[in-house]
Amino acid sequence: MTVLLVALGAALGAPTRYLTDRWLQSTHGTGFPWGTFGVNVVASFVLGLVLGGPAPHAAVLAVGVGFCGSLSTWSTLAYETVRLADERARTTSVMNVVASTLAGLGAAGLGLALGAVLWI
Amino acid sequence: MIDREPPDPDADPDAEDVVAGRPPGAAVLRGQGRAVAAVAAGGVLGSLARWAVGVLLPTAPGGFPWATVGINVLGSLLMGVLVVVITEVRAAHPLVRPFLGTGVLGGFTTFSTFAVDAQTLLGSGHRATALASLGVTILGAVGACALAMAVTRRVAR
Repeated sequence: MTVLLVALGAALGAPTRYLTDRWLQSTHGTGFPWGTFGVNVVASFVLGLVLGGPAPHAAVLAVGVGFCGSLSTWSTLAYETVRLADERARTTSVMNVVASTLAGLGAAGLGLALGAVLWI
Repeated sequence: MIDREPPDPDADPDAEDVVAGRPPGAAVLRGQGRAVAAVAAGGVLGSLARWAVGVLLPTAPGGFPWATVGINVLGSLLMGVLVVVITEVRAAHPLVRPFLGTGVLGGFTTFSTFAVDAQTLLGSGHRATALASLGVTILGAVGACALAMAVTRRVAR
């Protein structure tokens, strides 16, 4: 059961990341990796919501571990940061990883605070 | 069949305008069935592997999140190898990158746990551990990816 809950969340999270990235690239171009930035910030907020209070274990597994874990990614963030640096867009490269981290921390903090109220 | 972007990231920049001119929904979803299935299948495998590592190496409250940091650095290293192999070394099947890159490695690594772990550490007064987890992940993941790309290029030539 546990495995199925994680798998279910992951089966939705990873394609959501893929399609969001394609959609944002088609509307905003490929200069700044908005897709990865956006899914990472949203997933940090939702994981904060889930872990902020005593959420049901099944929700932690499906939404937290499965969905948020596969919606967000570090491997693509790392690759896109290196790619931007290779393309001599060094400022954008540093901005990418710094802005992702700060926005992710902020979103996680907001989610944790709201989650503490939500699960009472 | 599969509607893919040109594989060369340095392709004609005008091509972007063509893509941007399309109705977004149609362009994003058209012909994506097999790629979406590959991403989903890979994402499930990567996420289950991440979950298994987390169960085997649990982090004590207030402790350094070794499992998540290790997963993110290792996944970024493997992404560096993969991208160079399939874009510079040999032509790969069009579903290899969605399955292995976006799916398996994207699902294996996680940004949300990285952010929430650090935020929880900050909130519980473990500031040094929080900053260490952020610093080690950022430098480790980006550094591992860059190093893996450089080494793979060298070995392949």
